[in-house]
Amino acid sequence: MKFLDEYRDADAAAALVRAIGRAATRPWTIMEVCGGQTHTIVRYGLDTLLPPGIELVHGPGCPVCVTPLEMIDRAHAIAAKPGVTFCSFGDMLRVPGSTGDLLRLKSEGADVRVVYSPLDAVNIAAANPGRQVVFFAIGFETTAPANAMSAWMAKKRGLTNFSLLVSHVLVPPTIAAILAAPDNRVQAFLGPGHVCAVVGCAEYEPLVEQYRVPIVVTGFEPIDLLDGVLGAIEQLEAGRAEVENRYARAVRPDGNLRSRQLLADVFEVCDRKWRGVGLIPNSGWRLRDEYRAFDAEHRFTVGDIETQESEVCISGEILRGLKKPHHCPAFGTECTPQTPLGATMVSAEGACAAYHAYGRHLEPLGIRVPARA
Amino acid sequence: MTIKGFGDCPVPRTDYDRILLGHGSGGRLTADLIGKLFLPAFGGANATALEDSATLTLGEGGGRIAFTTDSFVVRPVFFPGGDIGRLAVCGTVNDLAVAGATPRFLAAAFILEEGLPLADLRKIAASMRAACDEAGVELVTGDTKVVDRGKGDQVFVTTTGVGVFPPGRSLSIRNARPGDRILVSGTIGDHGVAILSVREGIEFETVLESDVAPLAGLADTMLTACPSIRCMRDPTRGGLAGVLNELAVASKVGVRVTESKLPVRAEVRAACEMLGLDPVYVANEGKLVAVVPADDAERLLATVRKHPLGRNAALIGTVTDGRAGFVTMESLVGGERVVPVLAGEQMPRIC
Repeated sequence: MKFLDEYRDADAAAALVRAIGRAATRPWTIMEVCGGQTHTIVRYGLDTLLPPGIELVHGPGCPVCVTPLEMIDRAHAIAAKPGVTFCSFGDMLRVPGSTGDLLRLKSEGADVRVVYSPLDAVNIAAANPGRQVVFFAIGFETTAPANAMSAWMAKKRGLTNFSLLVSHVLVPPTIAAILAAPDNRVQAFLGPGHVCAVVGCAEYEPLVEQYRVPIVVTGFEPIDLLDGVLGAIEQLEAGRAEVENRYARAVRPDGNLRSRQLLADVFEVCDRKWRGVGLIPNSGWRLRDEYRAFDAEHRFTVGDIETQESEVCISGEILRGLKKPHHCPAFGTECTPQTPLGATMVSAEGACAAYHAYGRHLEPLGIRVPARA
Repeated sequence: MTIKGFGDCPVPRTDYDRILLGHGSGGRLTADLIGKLFLPAFGGANATALEDSATLTLGEGGGRIAFTTDSFVVRPVFFPGGDIGRLAVCGTVNDLAVAGATPRFLAAAFILEEGLPLADLRKIAASMRAACDEAGVELVTGDTKVVDRGKGDQVFVTTTGVGVFPPGRSLSIRNARPGDRILVSGTIGDHGVAILSVREGIEFETVLESDVAPLAGLADTMLTACPSIRCMRDPTRGGLAGVLNELAVASKVGVRVTESKLPVRAEVRAACEMLGLDPVYVANEGKLVAVVPADDAERLLATVRKHPLGRNAALIGTVTDGRAGFVTMESLVGGERVVPVLAGEQMPRIC
């Protein structure tokens, strides 16, 4: 496919791997922020191609993984109510809440549906005026415009039976939180290309200046990722720290102005809890007051559901790049995609699930896995 | 940053106490259901219980037959390239054919939902008849039940089939040996993506059609030309990855495939990209996977490509003496990864 095959070309990949090998004079630790990038890295085995010492660590960029437990429990409480049709992207159905996952609730008779777009949920609401239709609006700046559009559309169509359970999170405050942590070991970031395609690159400039850390905006194909790694290493080796856009085919400096306007109209910044990480100030979006009628937490009064989490799983450390999935004693034994102990094992984009799916058994096969911390 | 403990990680969940959709996905939940519930209940005395068809010996000198059954619950009932009737005939015929048997007789049981238009049922019956003629089988007996409106999904069809083994033929998924080559008879993912595109109302510039077809003729051609074939499977639910994993486990071998060799239609690739699906997990209804000794592989490939249902056939990988039970893939850019069995349904990724 045009615009795709050239980013999966084996010769181009080999040339980039050689260039990385020439550029790197010492070990470097680079974090890819986005779960989609993690997925590409393990799906294409990019970590098995890189020179020893170049370590890729996986960031908090899986929206499914970082959705806090109490939001999952709120989703369950809403979905279990009579007369509710609960819509979600597929990944969220398997995320364990305190009492089970949404798939289990579905098997018990709840009307839980997988949709491909929040606008599908709006259409379901329009076609079923006797039911309350709720969409689970999770994700980063990438999924937010479509979710904002669904609220805007529902308002325009005068729907009174549609609402959003909002758990949106933002990337820049999270990168700041990772860099500010005393145990941080990330030396450069591969910036999430699709986030920048929406909101632009400018928000990353203060981070680069304050923390002297390179951020290379990178796409999602294998060649994009290898090129991003090369860019990060070139900056690190030269002692530079800049925001560098290596995803120019999709990212404009100002992002997508129409999406930004829509987001500003519908959402406002709020403090947000991240699963495994905790509360990060100004790291999320909630619906503005003008859209309060479309806020499912408000409509179903589930905002007071709190859930206490324990110390069982190391997902929090994995999300901050401190540990790798295989450092967890439960990895691949008690904790598998079929029996996830923590959210990073649930979503296909979660670091643990990605490692389990594509990498768990590489070492016994004689294939090198990335260096252990 | 305030770092808090990760959580009362709610521990799920192989202990589902109800049936989930994932139990029908052909992935690990399905395997659990069979291995932990059905086999203990039914005994599993026949060594071929987990093959696509059971092989039964009919007394001394009575020859051997293949015996299989399958139920079809597809939605929508009519889809591009076929319908539930054609699917119900082809699915069972193909399970017999890949066992190496010549399909002969079918039984069909219908569960009909009150309100189903007779015109639809008539079309389904005609489609079944046409597929039977194509496959060279006779539909010899059947059953009909009707359930209240809302208690079914228009029509469910169960077909049961009997085939006859030519003397001396023995295929089993346990037969693969290191060094063998793996052949797939055509493009993968066509059926699953065609169904998904109409089910979800996703429109593409080209019509995505199911590959549903009876494979008896192709299988017979292959086995006649190349009797050394070790085993064959049709990669339906669970897709190509499911079959390769079954092969690796049952034959206690490693399997290594090369991503760049996998035949995938451009439109299926595009749809999978859009939906966040991996074509190796998408269902097929008119393809087979064959394992063949390396010396015969190219000759078999040439034979398959001459058949109308095998024009896009390819040799996609090798059976290895690597870690038994695991399927690995050389990615398009040369990296290595494991191709596991999915836990349940393949979930489209969020972004």
